[in-house]
Amino acid sequence: MGDLRPPRPEGDTLPAMDSDEELLRRLRAGDERGFVDLVERHNGAMLRLALSFVSSRAVAEEVVQDTWLAALRGLGAFEGRSSLKTWLFTILVNRARTTGVREARSVPIADAGPVVDASRFGPDGGWAVPPEHWIEEAEDRIDAVKLSELLRIVLDTLPARQREVVLLRDVEELTSADVCQVLAISEANQRVLLHRGRAKLRQALESELGGAPR
Amino acid sequence: MRIRFPRLRARSRQPELVCQQMVELVTDYLEGALPDPDRQRFERHLAGCPHCTEYLAQMRETIRLAGRVTLEDLTPGMRTDLTDVYRRWRAEG
Repeated sequence: MGDLRPPRPEGDTLPAMDSDEELLRRLRAGDERGFVDLVERHNGAMLRLALSFVSSRAVAEEVVQDTWLAALRGLGAFEGRSSLKTWLFTILVNRARTTGVREARSVPIADAGPVVDASRFGPDGGWAVPPEHWIEEAEDRIDAVKLSELLRIVLDTLPARQREVVLLRDVEELTSADVCQVLAISEANQRVLLHRGRAKLRQALESELGGAPR
Repeated sequence: MRIRFPRLRARSRQPELVCQQMVELVTDYLEGALPDPDRQRFERHLAGCPHCTEYLAQMRETIRLAGRVTLEDLTPGMRTDLTDVYRRWRAEG
């Protein structure tokens, strides 16, 4: 069943909106396949995002289903002022918050302190243990699938608020304005969460790949 | 000249950034959220510090790699459930 769909473009340089628009057109024309393709495209991120608000996968899957139903019902009202993805994520987060066992977010930053361990700097604030090189390793020697797996695992270990921001901003490549809209947080807050989350991803890459001969 | 004096004085009062401060400013820098004088201080430090230059390059690489993360595919169970959602919606007319 799945083999009918066109292969996902590698390195996807086209703006996602164009292809979503095409699928949207098919969906509006009553093409079930268009719906399934749209679901395929966004399901992974929606599920991840939902999981960050609710306690179990089963509940997260329900939230995703509710989101799609709400999206289908609201299709006529969708005017394309935001991208389809941003619209879907906004519905999802609202649903997830309503469903979520966790309290709605208040001020999130329980995780404070420096993003790079203080022991890596000397008394003058300069690097004592400078960053180990790993970029070449990541680009030349490590399988992309393995890297993706590693980052997914690290993403799951991030505190929920940081995970949501990194997922939307860096994995899904939403603009910061869209991330703020979806999560209903301020730009400044978004930057703090992004900063902490990204720093942890970098540290994980350094720990995993660093120290290799250049 | 009259305009430049206060700016020069302001700059000379600002201590240069140290590496430990740099790593905390990286995201604001990449997001274009640093006010001009801070951005200039940031870039001045970068120009003389290979380690912070490396750190910044690694943050950029981290972001690039995050953009290539593939999330899990739809499970057959979810596909069935969501197809049902679609058909339910169609049936609503």
